[in-house]
Amino acid sequence: MSLARDMITLVAVSAGAFFFLAGTIGLLRFPDTLTRLHALTKADNLGLGLVVLGLLPQAASVRDALKLISVWLLALLAGATVSQLIARAAREARTTR
Amino acid sequence: MNIASTFELMLAAVVLGLGIWTIAVHETYSAAVGFVAYGLLVALIWVRLDAVDVALTEAAISGGLGGVLLLGAAARLRHAELMVAEVPDRLTRVSAAVLSVMTAAALVGAVLWLPDSAPTLAPEVVANAWATSLTNPVTNVLMAFRAMDTMLEKVVLLLAIIGVWSLAPDTAWGGRPGPRHRADPNGVLVFLARLLPPAGIAIAVYILWTGANHPGGAFQGGAILAAMWLLAVMAGLTDTPAVGRRWLRLILVAGPALFLVVGLGGLWFGTAFLAYPTAQAKPLIVVIEVAMIQTIAATLGLLLTGAPERSAKP
Repeated sequence: MSLARDMITLVAVSAGAFFFLAGTIGLLRFPDTLTRLHALTKADNLGLGLVVLGLLPQAASVRDALKLISVWLLALLAGATVSQLIARAAREARTTR
Repeated sequence: MNIASTFELMLAAVVLGLGIWTIAVHETYSAAVGFVAYGLLVALIWVRLDAVDVALTEAAISGGLGGVLLLGAAARLRHAELMVAEVPDRLTRVSAAVLSVMTAAALVGAVLWLPDSAPTLAPEVVANAWATSLTNPVTNVLMAFRAMDTMLEKVVLLLAIIGVWSLAPDTAWGGRPGPRHRADPNGVLVFLARLLPPAGIAIAVYILWTGANHPGGAFQGGAILAAMWLLAVMAGLTDTPAVGRRWLRLILVAGPALFLVVGLGGLWFGTAFLAYPTAQAKPLIVVIEVAMIQTIAATLGLLLTGAPERSAKP
């Protein structure tokens, strides 16, 4: 049982780390603001989601698991809003230029 | 070398590099963004040092509210920067360099000459935790064993807000701080400002309450409350109150005033200033913290909205 739990953690956290790495490379390499935002939000949403998913089997109690999930949900909400705002600002800056 | 110490070395190197970059970078805006990232990474270092209370405060103040303050300042300075290309003369730069080198040398000396087993009161704090029936040693130190320092810190916050207010022009004296923000009522910012505060307020109250036994407390909770209020202000959902309002000033003095009353009560009924009777220690601390979280939230929020700019009269 504990081996299965550890396996889930290992796989999911590694996959999350991969998304963070891919997102960071995208952030550094992509040509303009909108594509860079695209890379960044993928890293935030999927990367953090997978890390949380991987940590769930290690949570000591249901309460701790719920706290982990709410951390992910709050990060999703903040990430989505901020990337919308930045994208809007970038579009306005382009049209006024 | 194991994974943990490799991670710590990397973290320290990144923080040092980011610190140097933040000082060296030319644009004010980039420096502000660098400082926010720096604050969040320093918070990670505090977590690695098992100082989660400090980490929470560092992330909330330096990464969050401090970042907003610096970004606002950078936005205001943007026009000034374009017009004035002021370069300090050689003498100023040489004296600044000498001062920096001397400060760095003093810090290096202080760190190198630390005694090998640092003097600590931590075991005594843990041994005397029974006196307050709180199990978080940080809260015990802040609210009981060194309560005097915490009370004076709240008075300093009050002085800071008076300092900010005194920058107001005569016409706006006692008026509303900051500009009136407007945002698209159907936009994402307004949506977030409607959705997030209920969760944020619940989390702030939780952090205040859990501070008795786990990392957390009035300062961290107050910072979250202030952030929720600022979000609503920036989305244009609410306006900043005129700073001359009586209720606002009552909230601002509530924390330190109650602290002072409890302290004098200790002098009157008990043995010393701020001495709590053991049986009532926890209820008294909770009451002070509840008053303090409101004072802290109001003070931090008002510090960020800045000096009054608009007259209270329409």
